[in-house]
Amino acid sequence: MNNEKLQNVAADLVANFGGSVSEFRDQMQVHVPADQIAAAAIALRDSHGFEVMPDITAVDYWPQTTPRFHVVYQFNSISQDMRITLRVPLDGDAPTLDSLTGIYPNANWLERELWDMFGIKAEGHPDLRRILMPHDWEGHPLRKDYPLGYEEVQFTFNYDEIDQRKPRPKE
Amino acid sequence: MTMLERLDVSLDELKHLVSEQALEGDTLLLNMGPQHPSTHGVLRLLLELDGEIIVNCIPDIGFLHTGIEKNMEAKTYQQAEVMTDRLDYLNTMGNNLAYCLAVEKLTELDVPERAQAVRVIFAELQRLASHLVWLATQALDLAAQSVFLYCFREREYILDIMELASGQRMMTTYFRPGGLWRDVPVEFEDSVRWFLDYMPGRIQQYEDLLTKNPIFIDRVKGIGRMTKEQALAWGATGSTARGSGVDYDLRRDQPYSGYDQYDFEIPTQTEGDVYARYLVRIQEMRQSLRIIEQALNKLPMGPFRSNNRKYVPPPRSELSRSMEAVIHHFKLWTEGYDVPKGSVYSVVESPRGELGVMLESDGGPKPYRVKWRTPSFSHIQLLSWIAKGHYVADLVAIIGSIDIVLGDTDR
Repeated sequence: MNNEKLQNVAADLVANFGGSVSEFRDQMQVHVPADQIAAAAIALRDSHGFEVMPDITAVDYWPQTTPRFHVVYQFNSISQDMRITLRVPLDGDAPTLDSLTGIYPNANWLERELWDMFGIKAEGHPDLRRILMPHDWEGHPLRKDYPLGYEEVQFTFNYDEIDQRKPRPKE
Repeated sequence: MTMLERLDVSLDELKHLVSEQALEGDTLLLNMGPQHPSTHGVLRLLLELDGEIIVNCIPDIGFLHTGIEKNMEAKTYQQAEVMTDRLDYLNTMGNNLAYCLAVEKLTELDVPERAQAVRVIFAELQRLASHLVWLATQALDLAAQSVFLYCFREREYILDIMELASGQRMMTTYFRPGGLWRDVPVEFEDSVRWFLDYMPGRIQQYEDLLTKNPIFIDRVKGIGRMTKEQALAWGATGSTARGSGVDYDLRRDQPYSGYDQYDFEIPTQTEGDVYARYLVRIQEMRQSLRIIEQALNKLPMGPFRSNNRKYVPPPRSELSRSMEAVIHHFKLWTEGYDVPKGSVYSVVESPRGELGVMLESDGGPKPYRVKWRTPSFSHIQLLSWIAKGHYVADLVAIIGSIDIVLGDTDR
């Protein structure tokens, strides 16, 4: 890993786009405001030589709402042997952010997955459909308020509590 | 009822993906898969055809979606590892390795030398096994049936070695955070050495059958071409990218598990077609054998897993002698271990490309979020770009050459 260079890249991102830098287990993470992500991605690709964006994903911090989500972008520079993570905090239950499809074409499916699994909309995406779940599915499975879907075991102490949550046939 | 209405999506939803002619009925929309032998699993492709030429290729995935990422969040770190095998079922040891490296990074666990060497041996054996399945199916799709049978014969020897060590042919869960499940048995070294003797001749045999075979070359040369810039922009990694001249391999460039101690080459080709990817993978099989031999020669004696009892269970023999061991054993197998708060992204070179795990912990015994960055997912996306302008018959060769596993894609 090219540590000194990576420090410079992170400092440059913070100077231009705001946010903060954190380092954890030798990995550089930069928190970037949501409206700056496209500009930051262009800067990473064009000025700092990050040719590949392997991954986009998100983490849901429900029931916390500000921020509720962190969208996590991974960038990889093959020519300079560096990796950097960008984290974008997003508030609220129906967040949106700019699509990166124009900058890294492979963001297309990754952002579709983001929409499918978390309900985070990428603005300006050419083809924002569900990708893994059926097209008529409701809800976004990887959100923390989406149940896993197994039957809970009832014991004496929690019998009533679970009984209330059970789905019942309609009258 | 028109053809499009009979598909399970309406035309409105896909209008922006097909050309104008499709809406007027000048081109044909054809469904390939999900039950089609040469889509290598349950992959559905919606093809827009002008005669026999592909105008647009729209991959549709998700038929094998099992919600593994969601399920992992509900399990302890030990329980979650069992699910990693089920992702990419041709690269089970590699998935274990990616997951273990992520957990070890979060917990800062040390891994003994012996465990690292054994991990490398199995990761490379698994790469060979995976490449054998790729070669078998790629050749079968192009109607070379005997190669298919030979490759599966050799793969069985690798699965035997895996069964010897872990008790399972495929779903091994053999690597554990901190080392291995148990040490390799005494027969291990001999059986791997036998395999190292046996395999080079077999690889030569596949090459004799295919590399200069004019029928094979006619089907693969110049098909599915992708330049280096395209490969990077489209997120191609691993041998698919190396076929386009991207000289990058995580084993060499961001070494893990002691790969930096071994001497091996990274084969690349510049043409970027199906044939280039074939040549790269064949060479990779030889390099894997080289790595296995070196790792086996230096295989150090010593412990096979870390001695950190907060994360790694004590040996069975201690349970009858030490109260502390009993407590550790009980705590580990009932509530698991707490992992420090934080988020890491760790990558390994899987047979298909960059396999990444983003693991986020909230400080508790269960992962807060696990994301699998899988190479097959990126590579299926590639299809819509590189299939354009080819015949339907060539699409089959292209699907084979990007080496996809649908379990890996849909997760």
